[in-house]
Amino acid sequence: MPVSTLSRRVRETLPLLPFLAVVLIFLVIPTVTVIVNAFRDDGADGAASLARIGALFSPAALAALAKSVLLSGSTAIIGAVLGAVLGWLIVSSPSTSMVRRAVISLCSVLAQFGGVALAFAFLATVGLNGVLTLWVQQALGWNLAASGWLYSLTGLILVYTYFQIPLMVIVFVPALEGLRAQWREAAVSLGASRWQYFREVAVPLLAPAFLGSALLLFANAFAAYATAAALVSQGSPIVPLLIRSALTSEVVLGQSGFAYALALEMIVVVAAVMVAYNILVRRTARWLR
Amino acid sequence: MRGARTRGAPITGTVRAVLWVAFGLFFLFPLYAMADFSTRDLIAGGRTLQAWTNLVTDDALYQAIVISLLLAAFTVAAMLVILVPTMIWVRLRAPWARGMVEFLCLLPLTIPALVIVVGLRNVYLWVTYFLGESALTLTFVYVVLVLPFAYRAIDASLSSIDMQTLAEAARSLGAGWATTILRVLVPNIWPGILSAAFISIAVVLGEYTIASLSGYQTLQVQIVAIGKSDGPTSVAASLAVLLFGFALLLVLSLVTRGRHAADETSTNPSGVERVVA
Repeated sequence: MPVSTLSRRVRETLPLLPFLAVVLIFLVIPTVTVIVNAFRDDGADGAASLARIGALFSPAALAALAKSVLLSGSTAIIGAVLGAVLGWLIVSSPSTSMVRRAVISLCSVLAQFGGVALAFAFLATVGLNGVLTLWVQQALGWNLAASGWLYSLTGLILVYTYFQIPLMVIVFVPALEGLRAQWREAAVSLGASRWQYFREVAVPLLAPAFLGSALLLFANAFAAYATAAALVSQGSPIVPLLIRSALTSEVVLGQSGFAYALALEMIVVVAAVMVAYNILVRRTARWLR
Repeated sequence: MRGARTRGAPITGTVRAVLWVAFGLFFLFPLYAMADFSTRDLIAGGRTLQAWTNLVTDDALYQAIVISLLLAAFTVAAMLVILVPTMIWVRLRAPWARGMVEFLCLLPLTIPALVIVVGLRNVYLWVTYFLGESALTLTFVYVVLVLPFAYRAIDASLSSIDMQTLAEAARSLGAGWATTILRVLVPNIWPGILSAAFISIAVVLGEYTIASLSGYQTLQVQIVAIGKSDGPTSVAASLAVLLFGFALLLVLSLVTRGRHAADETSTNPSGVERVVA
């Protein structure tokens, strides 16, 4: 490369340095730290070792992984189906209406910024002294909060759907809006019934977006931490909570090393799902213009 | 907006109404329950606003609210200072770096906050060594967390103006780069900057993962801590945060109304697909 081109490149790069430095220090280095340390042993010199990776296959870690997959998978399916229905309701209402704006804003808040607050929402509803619990107790004499199911996997599934459905609405509404009225008119004018239009036109067009969104929901639930951490204060039934106990327990030496391996497991699962998601989104982008 | 409008058969009307009510109950009842729960007087019966007044009278909680608001302000400022000039520069003078900047900005969507906090310990040893032990040092890592949200909001605005022409006009009239960016370009991408700022505020006020695992007392961390002894106050604070976020995004969707009809930001005020809750 000639010197003048090189010096121009350098001058062009300089203004990017603050941005690159922040991303490098606070995103790239932590990620690399996790990956490297997952393959070290607990000794002071940190020699290369597969001990921490091996610990991922211990019964406790495998059980947490299985529960995490069950939680993410079930809430992704429930969220995707119900979210698609709610998305259809929203799209077929007038786009300028205040109701629609309010619903979309509420969905954004619940899907993306809820976290801890959602755990408390359900504690206030079906917790020990929850509003619904007391109503049902007075009216029917049942104790809704009995057996503490809210703090188990069942409870997590319920609370997670409360942010998964809104997330589905947010990612799926653009695809629904991309379905043009002309396509339906064309199908109808060629003699298709509503059901035929739905089955032959809408479903094939929306299928990649629907599957992609479901994958996104899976990754979102798998990596979610705040809601579960606020709800389940002891024990670690799922991977994110296992990471918490590995990070915070000072009793068992070498536990914090295990957190690196668990975090790597999370990177691998989420990255694999996101790659599949990107492939599906690219297929959708072909007609979503 | 192009809508797949489904009207006609009265049966669809009934189904739609039933579905609206069902979704409405599922999503609004817990919010109502929070309001009810946080105003209940558990000892004497009846209603009390004690939990809500605790938001300002409880010292620890009030401190945490102040810290979270400061963090939100610092994060927005740092994000704008770092991201806006970078994105403008990349479009005007260094197009070869545009793909890389976009990739880096969207990367936090694939790397969960929980992973970042696990790998952050060594980095923060240095940060606290240079800047001292303060919750406000979380600003740096929060800037990274809000990058995907802010990038999409600002990118949408930048795409809608003819920046090349504006910049050339300003430069040929003798403006330096700082003047060009601050007085010519920034006023033109105001909606994008506003969206980026609002969404960043919402993210920072809702963030729990990194703050709690790094041991800093932000609002969300304090809400969980108080919840162990005083449920109503935690529920009141949670509801306040949700309502505040809702108000922010609703105002945002009204402010950006009618700008590109097909624009993503019109249906999705945050312009985002995913965040780790």
